[in-house]
Amino acid sequence: MTPILTVTDLHKSFGSVEVLQGIDLSLARGETVVVLGGSGSGKSTLLRCINLLERPTRGIIEMDGQRIGQMNDGLMSYRESELARFRARIGMVFQQFNLFPHLSVRDNVSIGQRRVLGRDRKTADDRAIVQLKRVGLAEKVDAYPHQLSGGQQQRVAIARALAMDPAIMLFDEATSALDPELVGEVLTAMRALRDAGMTMLIVTHELGFAYHIADRIVFLDQGRIYEQGTPKEVLLAPRHPRTQDFMRGHTMFRLPEAASSSNAG
Amino acid sequence: MSHEWDFSFLITYSGVLAKALGSTLKLAIVCLAAGMLLGCVFAVARTSRSSALRFVGAAYVELFRNLPAIVLLFWCFYTIPLLTGIGNDRFLTAAVAFSLYAGAYFTEIFRSGINAVDAGQWLAGRALGFTPFALFRDIILPQAVKNMMPAIANETIEVVKLTTVAATVAYPELVYTAKLLSDTEYRPVEAYTAVEGVLLLALLPLAVLLFRLERTMRRTN
Amino acid sequence: MVYEWQFGPVFRYLGLLWEGVLGTLALTGGALLLALPLGLMLALLRLGKLPVLARVAVFYIEFFRLSAAIVLLYWFYFAFPVLFNITLAPFHAALLAVGLQAAAFYAEVFRAGIQSVAAGQWEAARAIGMRRNQTLRWVILPQAIRNTLPILLARLVDLIKTSALAAVIAYPDVVYAAMRIASQTYRPIETFTVLGVGFFVVIFGLSQASRHLERSVAIAR
Repeated sequence: MTPILTVTDLHKSFGSVEVLQGIDLSLARGETVVVLGGSGSGKSTLLRCINLLERPTRGIIEMDGQRIGQMNDGLMSYRESELARFRARIGMVFQQFNLFPHLSVRDNVSIGQRRVLGRDRKTADDRAIVQLKRVGLAEKVDAYPHQLSGGQQQRVAIARALAMDPAIMLFDEATSALDPELVGEVLTAMRALRDAGMTMLIVTHELGFAYHIADRIVFLDQGRIYEQGTPKEVLLAPRHPRTQDFMRGHTMFRLPEAASSSNAG
Repeated sequence: MSHEWDFSFLITYSGVLAKALGSTLKLAIVCLAAGMLLGCVFAVARTSRSSALRFVGAAYVELFRNLPAIVLLFWCFYTIPLLTGIGNDRFLTAAVAFSLYAGAYFTEIFRSGINAVDAGQWLAGRALGFTPFALFRDIILPQAVKNMMPAIANETIEVVKLTTVAATVAYPELVYTAKLLSDTEYRPVEAYTAVEGVLLLALLPLAVLLFRLERTMRRTN
Repeated sequence: MVYEWQFGPVFRYLGLLWEGVLGTLALTGGALLLALPLGLMLALLRLGKLPVLARVAVFYIEFFRLSAAIVLLYWFYFAFPVLFNITLAPFHAALLAVGLQAAAFYAEVFRAGIQSVAAGQWEAARAIGMRRNQTLRWVILPQAIRNTLPILLARLVDLIKTSALAAVIAYPDVVYAAMRIASQTYRPIETFTVLGVGFFVVIFGLSQASRHLERSVAIAR
């Protein structure tokens, strides 16, 4: 079964700083992968390169086996129209929500469908309601972003991305800007998505959440992947020294099973 | 106060004064429209990727913002006949000079209005797959216009006030007409007080609008 | 169509132009001397505890901000003397018109500056026992002025541009001098080009200084 997304030898430099130093990653259909790493590790940059919000300096991105962009003399070039179509197939949820303040919740979720996918107003609005129901905000359909709490805004942002019927969903620290008591409702929405079979790539600080939701965890440090594996492997029994350092720095992370895993070895 | 106020001559000349008010408004509207058009053009130039265009845009803004309007007006008064062969058209002179002047201010208003839109909006739009054009039209522009409303209202007031400078080249707007009447009827107090009153009354609605717009902006921030 | 530029005749009248420059400087300086203290007083009244005086200040500020400078100039030169039975030289009329209006603009700058000083400063001063006047004098105003220095400079530029209008009441400033030179030399285009370049250099220089100041103020914060 071909992976839905393949990233090969991805490099990204900003000026003289090389933030991503050769990333190889693949995502299988329906898989949920969590990317962990400290600040400066390049995890946000990785996400933004995958949906080409940032143009990679080097490397190949393939979706459904099809390469994105053209290779000319070793340099990748992309056409704006190709990019727009590609990005519509990948949904992204941002740390800062970035809802459109001048539009109601309904219009926020439907405008992408109308302008990018060309759906008519009725179809777009109906599908908007469907997605809003999924994140539990159907009754807020006529409200404006500034009238909603942070958690509600982020759930609308998730609905907005889902309304495009993406093949993959990217989450860039979706809960980091939220007050602690609002984090739960967003994580619940993400969990529901995963249970429905969505392919997800998640960057998060919530290690407990990562443990429960991820099929696979990837540890990124200074632009390179140092370890990959199941949550049990990477979080409870990290092998690479860098991963171990990272986990040591997160001493607040305690799992009920932690005591028994040291017995299992 | 020993002065005896007598506004009656204004009623006698009310037709002339009405025409003058019309001339003031005509000039104001033309300069606003042309100024906003120039503002769009040069705002695009200033934010373009070509450094040549950016320079042209900046040069236009700096040139016309760092000159007194009256100097610009006089210069145009003598140069326009030379360039176009159209002599003695007071309206044309004032319209050209003040449109160029207002255009420089509108350029900066439009430019900062667009820059004030949060960077995250561009990201979200692109992530959804919007083309740059659709992104600008549906997401950025509506927000930018909301940002700019107070500044636009303010500049409108300034343009109306600017039309009074056209009196210096004998364009028959309110101030010029008032001066003519004052000189003919020997009633400077009534004439100039009346002009001040009419202009304030005309600008009052705009000022109230500006106050309300600024209050709304403060609330939503 | 080729125009033969002849700057020679204009430069022969540089003395006259220089006298005009002095006239402009005198008017600008005098207006500043009037406007700055008056503006500060108006700002303090507006923010002060006495509602009647605050309303008077607001009325003054809004009245002069909405008025067109040319109307004020004509009013003070032609209407004011008749109304109060006195004679007024062009300089005094121009000084009143430009200065009283500038005071209104400066009042708003000072008000914004005072309000921009963090509330915590007032609290800290009260905590060590300072009274309101003392706090204003030693803590708030110094910070307010430093914060608004760039905007104060921008208003100075506006003042210079407004004072250029004084020529309409025959005040011998640099614009008036240029008008006389233009009629003596029959070279209006060259004369007003020189005038324009002169104004541009001075005003552009001031704007750049203001921008430089803005950057230093931003760094110091």
